Amino acid sequence: MTPKFYPLAAIAMLAAGGATAGTLDDVKAAGQLKCGVSQGLPGFSTPDDSGKWTGLDVDYCRAVAATVLDDPEAVEFVSLSAKDRFTALSSGEIDILSRNTTWTITRDTDLGITFTGISYYDGQGMLVPASLGVTSALELDGATICTNTGTTTELNITDYFKQHDMTFELVALENSDEVVAAYGAGRCDVFTTDRSGVAAERLKLADPDAHVVLPETISKEPLGPSVRADDKEWERVSRWVLNALIEAEEYGITSENVDEMMSSNNPSVQRILGAGDNDYGAAMGLTKDWAARAIKAVGNYGEIYDRNVGPDTPLKLERGVNNLWNNGGFMYAPPIR
Amino acid sequence: MSSISDSDDAVRSERSGLAALVFDAKARSLFFQVILAVLIILAASIAVRNAGANLTEQGREFGFDFFDRPSDIQILTTFGTWLLDYEAGQNTVWDVFLLSIANTLIISVAGVIFATLWGFLLGIFRLSHNFVLNSFATIYIELLRNVPLLLQIFFWTAVLRLVAPGPREEGWLIPGLLNFNSKGIYGPYPLVEEGFSYTLIAFVIACVAAWGFARWARRNQDRTGKQSPVGLVTVALLIGLPTLVFLVTGRPMAIEWPNFVTEGPILRRGFENGIGSYIAPEFFALFLALTTYTAAFIAEIVRAGIQAVPKGQSEAAGALGLPPGLAMRKVILPQAFRVIIPPLTSQYLNLTKNSSLAAAIGYPELVAVFAGTTLNQVGRAIEIIAIVILVYLTISLLTSAFMNWFNNRVKLVER
Repeated sequence: MTPKFYPLAAIAMLAAGGATAGTLDDVKAAGQLKCGVSQGLPGFSTPDDSGKWTGLDVDYCRAVAATVLDDPEAVEFVSLSAKDRFTALSSGEIDILSRNTTWTITRDTDLGITFTGISYYDGQGMLVPASLGVTSALELDGATICTNTGTTTELNITDYFKQHDMTFELVALENSDEVVAAYGAGRCDVFTTDRSGVAAERLKLADPDAHVVLPETISKEPLGPSVRADDKEWERVSRWVLNALIEAEEYGITSENVDEMMSSNNPSVQRILGAGDNDYGAAMGLTKDWAARAIKAVGNYGEIYDRNVGPDTPLKLERGVNNLWNNGGFMYAPPIR
Repeated sequence: MSSISDSDDAVRSERSGLAALVFDAKARSLFFQVILAVLIILAASIAVRNAGANLTEQGREFGFDFFDRPSDIQILTTFGTWLLDYEAGQNTVWDVFLLSIANTLIISVAGVIFATLWGFLLGIFRLSHNFVLNSFATIYIELLRNVPLLLQIFFWTAVLRLVAPGPREEGWLIPGLLNFNSKGIYGPYPLVEEGFSYTLIAFVIACVAAWGFARWARRNQDRTGKQSPVGLVTVALLIGLPTLVFLVTGRPMAIEWPNFVTEGPILRRGFENGIGSYIAPEFFALFLALTTYTAAFIAEIVRAGIQAVPKGQSEAAGALGLPPGLAMRKVILPQAFRVIIPPLTSQYLNLTKNSSLAAAIGYPELVAVFAGTTLNQVGRAIEIIAIVILVYLTISLLTSAFMNWFNNRVKLVER
């Protein structure tokens, strides 16, 4: 994104007269969902070799598109920098923001947007060249640090160094590829972002094995989708699609067995899939098989995780705290009933 | 006289009422201007109303109270950091705003000065009969002004990273004076001691004296035809007098040299932060890009300006017995300036505005910090963008005002 983007968004804000409410109807009418994603973060949102967007954040948007439009491909992905993402959402340029974005109180209250859930529990990590011989973040006094501008990372790192009475120099860049390039070229001693991001961006370095991730996690970074704050109807759709994906994993519904599960005699499964007389979609302006559509298109949360960021992917991220609550993790969705 | 107005009246009385108004050029133009004004006001008020309604709908308000909030962001050490003594958590958003303006101004001023010097030199090379100089200037200009500036900024950033020694190595940019490595350029910093103000006063006195001497010399030449060595005397005054006072008052200034640390924790090695003067590599890359790029345009303006002076002028100067150098200085350049100044002003404004591309490489100027990080923290897009526009407008108008004043001074006085 060019730095010239903001004025455009400001103008869009001036010109768009009350076009913000009724996003669900707008999406149905357009036959397409506009989803804000990153500029290329492997595992979360990045185009593959054929130019098709893939990733955990991307799959969430496909799930929403499947729910509303019955077509996981009916998504227009809008690539946004960290700096531009909130203005793009609040000005109506996108319908939903699914861009490894941390949920904080300021963002929930000041920016005119609302977070609808947590799709990935993350924390801020740091990458350093192995040649430095540094083994702990507490040895980083005097370091030069590269990070993305307009992120919570930028603020956390300042807090952390202040808290430990250490000094540092910060090089904040807009484009994540530029951040990695600056770090790779030796401009900075440390590259910091969310741990998942560190794992992903590390793959872009010339020799990923010459760099080590420090053991400290210096912040809580609950990442999740967000929508405009003035649209309760759309907010519910966004929230319950995410919940349904997590619920589906809990009850063993996968993209493979979703059709068989329709005839399951477990009442919870029947409620999620809208089998029989169960219809929880109507109240949200959706069909009764709303959740089934999403699960069929992208699979349950566990499938999405394993496919994009799990141990079998280049990112090799263990499930850890992102496991289901009954499996030792934090993933816990309110019941669909 | 009276017969003409009589016939006018006759025409007017024939086309009475509305028809008369339609055919009246004045009324017609007034009509269209009023319509245009009404349309503009209407569009503006719709925009303001929409923005207000949208903000209210999103539960947001319009206001500038965010300026008082404390600012938690760490900013790359630059001129603005030094000027405002900025430290994350200790200053407010207002300080960040001032800091970012200071950074925009310093890169613009440095860029304008060096682009002008380099541009004039290139422009003169371009007109030179020396084949090497001429072709160098031609190739330089055609190459630089035809490659997008953003690309050139990335290019210089990459070049600096390639040539710079590692972060914990002691490289030399100018041996004995300036150090550099991948963390930046380190140089001496003057520590002013008590009594230095006398040197400053001496410098002011020298300036006044030099101006007075030049004035006297001009009048003396007008009166007697005798020339005085104005240039020599000016240089002697400006350098000699302050140096003399500086020495007499006991050299009240210490020089702080960069401190290169080779022991201790690995991240503390290399040049020590806060000792000596420091230029971030982002500033230097941006400075190189803006200067070399704008100089290419200035060179063309200078060439055009000099070529716009008719050949007869230099021939006439030669016929009067003026040597070529003096003819250039007293006859050609003063006339070339009339052509050069207006487009030169545009280049200065372009350079200032182009400095906003720094956001791409992380130099903390107005767009990168205030319209970037700060906007992200406080979320007031409309207010902040409006302020940024106002700041650029103010800088540009002030630059224009100064250049117009200068233009009025050098323009041809017609008698």
